[in-house]
Amino acid sequence: AFLLTFLSAIIMLIFICFCVHFQNTAGQFFSSGHTNNWAVLVCTSRFWFNYRHVANTLSVYRSVKRLGIPDSHIVLMLADDMACNHRNPKPATVFSHRNMELNVYGDDVEVDYRGYEVTVENFLRVLTGRLPPSTPRSKRLLSDDRSNILIYLTGHGGNGFLKFQDSEEISNVELADAFEQMWQKRRYNELLFIIDTCQGASMYERFYSPNIMALASSQVGEDSLSHQPDLAIGVHLMDRYTFYLLEFLEDIHPASKSNMNDLFKVCPKSQCVSTPGHRTDLFLRDPGSVLITDFFGSVRKVEITMEAIHLTDPILQLEDGPMSEEVQEKTYSYVDQLPVSEIIHQKPKQKDWHPPDGFILGLWTLILLVFFKTYGIKHLKHIF
Amino acid sequence: YILYILIYIPIFVFVLLRKLIKEEGENDFQEELVIRPLHSGDIYASFQFRTLWETDFMRENKVSHYRLFPKSLGQVISKFSVRELHISFTQGYWRTMQWGQPFLPSPPGAELWVWFQDSVTDVDAAWKELTNVLSGIFCASLNFIDSTNTVQPSASFKPLGIVNETDHRFLRYATLPREIVCTENLTPWKKLLPCGSKAGLAVLLKSEKLFHSSFFSQTVHIRPVCQDRECKTTSWELRQTLNVVFDLHTSGQGKREWSLFKMFSRTLTEACPLASSSKIYIDVTDNPQEEYFELSPATPLLSQAVVLGDRRTFSVYDLTQQVTFGTVRSLNLLIRWKSTEGDMLRPLLHAERYVAGYGLQTGEIHTVMYNNHPFRSFPVLLLDSVPWYLRLYIHTLTVTSKGKDNTPSYIHYQPSKDRMRPHLLEMLVQLPPHSVTEVTVQFERALLKWTEYTPDPNHGFYVGSSVISALVPSSVAMDTNITQEQPLFSSFFPCKEESSYFVRVYTEPLLVNLPTPDFSMPYNVICLTCTVVAVGYGSLYNLLTRSFQIEEPNPRLAKKIANFIRRIRGVPLLS
Repeated sequence: AFLLTFLSAIIMLIFICFCVHFQNTAGQFFSSGHTNNWAVLVCTSRFWFNYRHVANTLSVYRSVKRLGIPDSHIVLMLADDMACNHRNPKPATVFSHRNMELNVYGDDVEVDYRGYEVTVENFLRVLTGRLPPSTPRSKRLLSDDRSNILIYLTGHGGNGFLKFQDSEEISNVELADAFEQMWQKRRYNELLFIIDTCQGASMYERFYSPNIMALASSQVGEDSLSHQPDLAIGVHLMDRYTFYLLEFLEDIHPASKSNMNDLFKVCPKSQCVSTPGHRTDLFLRDPGSVLITDFFGSVRKVEITMEAIHLTDPILQLEDGPMSEEVQEKTYSYVDQLPVSEIIHQKPKQKDWHPPDGFILGLWTLILLVFFKTYGIKHLKHIF
Repeated sequence: YILYILIYIPIFVFVLLRKLIKEEGENDFQEELVIRPLHSGDIYASFQFRTLWETDFMRENKVSHYRLFPKSLGQVISKFSVRELHISFTQGYWRTMQWGQPFLPSPPGAELWVWFQDSVTDVDAAWKELTNVLSGIFCASLNFIDSTNTVQPSASFKPLGIVNETDHRFLRYATLPREIVCTENLTPWKKLLPCGSKAGLAVLLKSEKLFHSSFFSQTVHIRPVCQDRECKTTSWELRQTLNVVFDLHTSGQGKREWSLFKMFSRTLTEACPLASSSKIYIDVTDNPQEEYFELSPATPLLSQAVVLGDRRTFSVYDLTQQVTFGTVRSLNLLIRWKSTEGDMLRPLLHAERYVAGYGLQTGEIHTVMYNNHPFRSFPVLLLDSVPWYLRLYIHTLTVTSKGKDNTPSYIHYQPSKDRMRPHLLEMLVQLPPHSVTEVTVQFERALLKWTEYTPDPNHGFYVGSSVISALVPSSVAMDTNITQEQPLFSSFFPCKEESSYFVRVYTEPLLVNLPTPDFSMPYNVICLTCTVVAVGYGSLYNLLTRSFQIEEPNPRLAKKIANFIRRIRGVPLLS
């Protein structure tokens, strides 16, 4: 009996420890405060020689998809088509590594905004949610106040602006105001902003909304450089910062514990030639406790329950009795595709109303008659 | 006995319940692939996937149970009261003179034409919303379709499905010749298929091979069709077609030998389990005794079909039979050429279009139509939709055949309104036998506002293709009854009479340069003006308001010490 009670006590203890551990991991699982992840990936450059910007964006898209964010939660904007461009020697591919090692375009890609649709206005509308009512869901950023959003911009930029499609630009003040609008409308929980352009640090200088962490590929006054050209394709394939970022992200898997401090160390000056910068003063949590997968991966809300759930009975459709019994009397037929005689005798539809012929003539005759009645016939010789 | 009762009663009740549950209508899915070797050594492959569904989208209680028909398209049909929807995405231009006529023609870029139901009150609003929804489904920028490129044809584009009456107020047609097609359009298209891209013929659709071709086109056609010959009931038909022409030199490496693996980098292992029929047709009409090319593995099945006015013979591979796949459990068709003799049948109707003229102010559009039939003439309906920034001078419109004037028997012209709607010109022209008909019209280029230019205006602006609809006389009697046994590729256009078949030919799109301003000029002007103002006004202001004061220079150290000593001595200081 003593042995039995001892054994049962030990089993109870183990069980309690397990429960507590279980609670802890479950607690840790939900400690980051967000329930869904979104990503907005924008490439702003047009023309074939800006192949590397599309490759940059697609490699971040690929990593983000691989770590779990579904297509419905990614807004991908590519300003030009490189994969099916007629200058591409290997169509339907976009490579990031020399010798065509890695095709970041893949077989399952959904581009939401492409070509001429990538404008400053559309980008700001996506961020703030002020889209026309007929915009489809795949083109909207339907985030809420528990969403972590990753925003990645790449292209040509300068001190305080980013160029869109060689014809317009977005300034850092506009971007900061857009993020403030998002904060006030509770459209994000935490936001990670990554920019890979020349003088990229100038774009995050003006942010003033809370919970934003920003990374840039170069400081003000420095240029971001491209990585390596491919001699078969003929253009530079990637920018240095995103190339090393991709290498870093390839080692991340959905359960990895790497935090933001590792991300800040990506691409030091020796590899990047420019000095990457980051800004964390607006972020409430300590960057060391923020996981990479908080932004690049996706949270799936999983609730573990021990109780049984009874499914309801299948819904029976009501039978449309009278409809199916009625015998269809009329027969249908196809239409003549080119009914020549019908077309020739078709009356043209007059959209605008014209007054009937002769009306104008009658009107002038009336005016002349009234004139002569009033002023006498002797003025007639002045007319003729 | 109690046990038996306990087992059988639930089964009985279950079967009864199944009968009471209304069947949502028959769902039927067929897939086929037609391969036609072309005379120039290229090869033309056409995939057709058809889903038939007997249901009524227009009834009050919404359709909620979708099986083979994709839910996204079903919801589009019921929400916008669509009667027919035809959308195509094409990359490349179909070369009629080298390749013959395609089974289903399509113009370069994106084309969308829709017939709405009679119950729609505001067709333009429904059209605008429909284009936005479709742009989300197909990942294409169809939201650029607006009133400036939409037309309402008055005689072309009659409905291809069952209809009570045709009022052209419910028809809208638009093209986007600039639209590119890439994997992002193919991916959602493949997701509409019942088997996706995992089983059946759709496993062959790999984008890296499909886009490395001379011509690629994917289309979706939705229309109501007759279920049988009596045509008392209708069902909805969804046809997805994919046409691709592989080039001998880029994909074929110059060797006249084609196989499924060479074309698609895949072989077939099974048919789609949800398909009622899954077949491959190889066109062997020009090869009756196997003197030109050799087809392996051999198949005993042969079928004949009248397609495009010609009786063609096809070797058929039925993928639902396990014997087709042989012992290796995979099918890789191989077509190897032995000799390159043989003449191609010239197509009876062919059209070209080009811009003539010089300079950036005026120009002339020429549309040339060829009738290659030796003794028969036939009517064609020409539809031209020209954007508003090319101002057409309709008084210069001339139609000439064989050098003489050929007056069209029907002309419908709707002039354009700047920034609101394009030109629409429809003409019914009778083409004399064995002749060339030329339609010319002069135009003037408009100057756009500087915000209306695209980011790359020096590329030029596209003008959509002309559409030529014709009833071409056929040398073989066409089958006027559309039955289920006919192969899909020969039964798309409904046939009313046996002596001619309906065909639609698209011309090339045009690329015109508009007078483009120098976009750096606003920046230059601002810089110059600011410099002039700063230098001129600044200098003038300085001259007028500056006053001069004499200032003592700072004494040097030696002078300072000397002055200090002099102060002590009480002697006057140095200046």
